[in-house]
Amino acid sequence: MTCIGCPMGCQLDVTKEADGTITVKGAGCGRGVIYGKQEAVAPQRMVTALMPVKGRSRPLSVKTATAVPKEKIGDVLAAIAAKCADAPVKIGDVLIADVCGTGVSIVATSNAR
Amino acid sequence: MENDVNVDVLVVGAGPAGLAAAVAARKAGCRDVRILERDDAPGGILQQCIHNGFGLHRFKEELTGPEYAQRFIDAVEEEKIPVQCRTMVLDISPDRVVTAMSPEYGIQQFKAKAVVLAMGCRERPRGALMIPGTRPAGVYTAGTAQRLVNMEGLMPGKRVVILGSGDIGLIMARRMTFEGAKVLACVEIMPYSSGLKRNIVQCLDDYGIPLLLNHTVVDIQGRERVEGVTVAKVDEKRQPVPGSEIHYDCDTLLLSVGLLPENELSKTAGVKLSPVTSGAVVDDTMQTSVPGVFACGNVLHVHDLVDFVSQESEEAGRAAWAYASGSSKTAESYTAVLDGFGVRGCVPQKIGKTGADDKVAVSFRPGGVFRDAEWRIRDGENVLFKRKGRILTPGESIHVELPRKLFAESESVTVEVVQEGVSK
Repeated sequence: MTCIGCPMGCQLDVTKEADGTITVKGAGCGRGVIYGKQEAVAPQRMVTALMPVKGRSRPLSVKTATAVPKEKIGDVLAAIAAKCADAPVKIGDVLIADVCGTGVSIVATSNAR
Repeated sequence: MENDVNVDVLVVGAGPAGLAAAVAARKAGCRDVRILERDDAPGGILQQCIHNGFGLHRFKEELTGPEYAQRFIDAVEEEKIPVQCRTMVLDISPDRVVTAMSPEYGIQQFKAKAVVLAMGCRERPRGALMIPGTRPAGVYTAGTAQRLVNMEGLMPGKRVVILGSGDIGLIMARRMTFEGAKVLACVEIMPYSSGLKRNIVQCLDDYGIPLLLNHTVVDIQGRERVEGVTVAKVDEKRQPVPGSEIHYDCDTLLLSVGLLPENELSKTAGVKLSPVTSGAVVDDTMQTSVPGVFACGNVLHVHDLVDFVSQESEEAGRAAWAYASGSSKTAESYTAVLDGFGVRGCVPQKIGKTGADDKVAVSFRPGGVFRDAEWRIRDGENVLFKRKGRILTPGESIHVELPRKLFAESESVTVEVVQEGVSK
């Protein structure tokens, strides 16, 4: 995998040993080792997307409050698209409390008056 | 409102630069500052950048574009700074008479004691690339597509090829994928992407979108609507290699091929522009060659982090108020800052030997990719400052704050990259 820590883009080789420990080879610095382990075991992503607003043509920008597991991105996007927000909405308002069982909420990142 | 208005500090543009400049002018004591904006609402380009990653330097947290913008919009509202939207500035005279037009007020003339230019930048369009082929609908700049998708809720197409791998193109590859489009490829003429590694991984690799380096679009097909594009490999001189063509059936081509500061108004004011940055030549207070006219943000030079736009614009706002109030202490002499090997577009281009602040901010863009290199500032053979970097790339500009006295003895200094084997 490619490290995202800096423009070097070190090619990381992550392996799981027989005793369960994870080793990261190819990282030029400590940040690469941390990233490599996280990305190999449980990759996570912030998701930013658009949610329809009732009676409006312009959508509302939203985000996951924290990163969610990468494999859930598709489900999270579908849940956001299926929901329709009621104006007014303020930045930080929770629109979906626990999206797709991730324990993470979807919050507004813009205002709809 | 009358159509002839006297104002202390007039800010042109209510994007992140203009908002930060206006608030800084107010906080420095300016009671009469106002902002003119051509769009319906303040916030500028950040309003359409719904992805996260803004504000890490300034707020120590990752915000989305609209959230970052709102913090400054709130500050402007709190300070009760008037923002006149839907207002197009038509002309700025060298003695700072600003002519603007709006549906509400018609033609207005603002006589400003100081002007802050914060008009931002625009995208390089298809016409600047000389791509052969027909001229059908479906060719968009990435930023136009971003506005359509993120603000208007409209999709420009279903099968997409992206030319250029700047961050906006990469971000749009993911956005279009999220909205149900198929992104076939991202095509880059250079041997490296100017986008962040993080965006290449999280916007392309995550969704299996190929990044074709050393490739470009050589033909666009379709009469009414784009029906396909032809992509070819390029040689070291960036010329297409015959026989390497790949065809893509697509209905949309997005262009993410660079940004240009939007300086038409600066020119009417007689502001001297740099051929390297395409923005104004400024001193360390962001004052241009025209006294009382200041510039900041992407109209001055294209930034990759908005955090530094805010910082630079606050300096411009404070300096504009100092000029308007007659309290500015103009430096009697300056140190010229010159681009050396591997360095493009140092800003500011000159630093006052005296000034209100003890520290000055200097930024530049590396002219190529340099590994295990060092960049330094020297006066002749005398090295004033140096810093090592594991990697320098054109995609990540360098910002540094240095003591003003470092430059005080020099007529001019050169900023350059030194790499074993390839220096000078």
